[in-house]
Amino acid sequence: MSSVQIRDVRKSFGNFEVLHGVSIPIEDGQFVVLVGPSGCGKSTLLRMLAGLENITSGTISIGDRVVNNVQPKERDIAMVFQNYALYPHMTVGENMGFSLKLRNASSDEISKRVKRAAEILALSPLLDRYPRQLSGGQRQRVAMGRAIVRDPQVFLFDEPLSNLDAKLRVAMRTEIKELHQRLKTTTVYVTHDQIEAMTMADKIVVMHDGIVEQMGTPLELYDKPENQFVAGFIGSPAMNFLKGHVRVNGVATFEGPNGVKLPLKSVPAGSDGKPVVYGVRPEHFTIADDGADAEIVVVEPTGSETQVFAKLGGEQVVAVFRERHQFNPGDKVRLKPDPSVVHLFDEATGKRM
Amino acid sequence: MAVIAEPVAAHVKPRSLWSRAFESRNFLGAMFMVPAIAILILFLAYPLALGFWLGMTDTKIGGVGRYIGFQNFVSLSKDSVFWLSVFNTIFYTVFASIVKFAIGLYLALLLNERLPFKSMVRAIVLLPFVVPTVLSAIAFWWIYDSQFSIVSWVLIKAGLLSRYIDFLGDPWNARWSVVIANIWRGVPFVAITLLAGLQTISPSLYEAANLDGATNLQRFRHITLPMLSPIIAVVMTFSVLMTFTDFQLIYTITRGGPINATHLMATLSFQRAITGGNLGEGAAISNAMIPFLVAAILLSFFGLQRSRWQQGGRD
Repeated sequence: MSSVQIRDVRKSFGNFEVLHGVSIPIEDGQFVVLVGPSGCGKSTLLRMLAGLENITSGTISIGDRVVNNVQPKERDIAMVFQNYALYPHMTVGENMGFSLKLRNASSDEISKRVKRAAEILALSPLLDRYPRQLSGGQRQRVAMGRAIVRDPQVFLFDEPLSNLDAKLRVAMRTEIKELHQRLKTTTVYVTHDQIEAMTMADKIVVMHDGIVEQMGTPLELYDKPENQFVAGFIGSPAMNFLKGHVRVNGVATFEGPNGVKLPLKSVPAGSDGKPVVYGVRPEHFTIADDGADAEIVVVEPTGSETQVFAKLGGEQVVAVFRERHQFNPGDKVRLKPDPSVVHLFDEATGKRM
Repeated sequence: MAVIAEPVAAHVKPRSLWSRAFESRNFLGAMFMVPAIAILILFLAYPLALGFWLGMTDTKIGGVGRYIGFQNFVSLSKDSVFWLSVFNTIFYTVFASIVKFAIGLYLALLLNERLPFKSMVRAIVLLPFVVPTVLSAIAFWWIYDSQFSIVSWVLIKAGLLSRYIDFLGDPWNARWSVVIANIWRGVPFVAITLLAGLQTISPSLYEAANLDGATNLQRFRHITLPMLSPIIAVVMTFSVLMTFTDFQLIYTITRGGPINATHLMATLSFQRAITGGNLGEGAAISNAMIPFLVAAILLSFFGLQRSRWQQGGRD
């Protein structure tokens, strides 16, 4: 186990810079998730950490050692690939023991460690099968087994669950988290799925267009997104954004599109009349007599909750209710955001106010 | 007044046998197969059967032969030139195939790397395959010429040699010379096919092996070679068959000489049957190639059987 330090790392392909100075400290034993939309540079960063891509500038260190010029095989890391990259001509056992075999470990040692890893991942009955004979979830576990057997300093996961069906993905999520709690190996996990990030991470790094937008624990990111991008990326359904102005007239209010007025708790001094973006999460709407007028467009019950799409000041917003309201399209309701948890962003910079 | 609908069946006229046949899947299927079957019978099955039959007769050009059973084969078994051609054919096939495989694999591995001017290099590698065999054979004929050989000329100018090499006049020189010409011609096929095979291997396997600690050599040994083995089996089967039955190169460069030292079974068969007029004997020599070819095909058939890792399971 080891800490990992990524310091001001840049990456260019030719003249095109894809990472613009990324710094991420990762503590020993931490489970860090890099999350962001496709093309944000998260996979490139992971591959640089693995040694599969060169580092254009900046440093990456694993433990106390700067690894910029260290060969992948000497970095003592194990990686789980998106397509698993299992060797098709080797059995599950051979796949898992391959790295040990290359290190000239004795066959007793190899079989002992493969067996141990297989027990952890419930792969023992499958050791003699070939990858083709396994289901997607089993292949996924073999890929993890191959990583575990090596007992590396750092585990790297590159979107490992994206080839699985929805149900299996949820199950494997828990399994990976459990595995990390058991082995406590420093882990860097790349995904574009914010739910995976929220559920698994000790620390989430939100990336966008080659920069780090925000780092923090899942709930920090959820409760205090530093900018509009993070606010919109974390949380499902996504946060509602309304453009408008702050009006301070004794009490601060938000004046949105078509004159709709929404409550604010407090605003920084001197922000009267400032153009802002008002952010409210779907679950922070309530039905109240003093709410703003809205018209129901679509109602989507999921059983545990009901998602309601409504027009508020001409803009479509989504609200989520745990209670079972009886709504029909066209109904008029009064929606009220909880002012203690609304978010205000500067319209020009997108920064949190 | 309401019009009473007539029963639908009344409109359906009984159709002719002809039009019903054209709606039958079986009949139509058979009809569509007729041209293909006709071509196969006319150009493949009939000549093959004729070849078998001729091999059992003493037919000469212009004459009608008699059935003489296996007498052609009996006389061939005592014919030292025939046995020399068998030796030459095996020698030619074994050496040319091994070297073609080695050079082809090397080129394929090279072309699979990131190279400057990669597509141009690939095109150049393909060139020998594109040039008509007879043209390249004529070029080799000049390269091997006893008086005008560029090879001899260069070696003499470089001071490495004092007299011209007699490439095609000496039996062993001639054998190696035609083997080299065959290699030059056959390498592109092996290289390009193996390159196609290499490109189907997922790069992430190499990355995984790299992280697992494999050196370049170990990656070749544990990833490339096993993943490429099915393609190697196919390409080598084709290569062996094409080399074993080669005719054009030999016939253009040496015509089987000197003293039959480069006669392959195919060229000997042609010489006896067409040049010499003994159609029966020539056909018998051709037929004698069949056991060798069947053996090569069987070998690759068992080699080609999908290994255990390729079978079963879902994708």
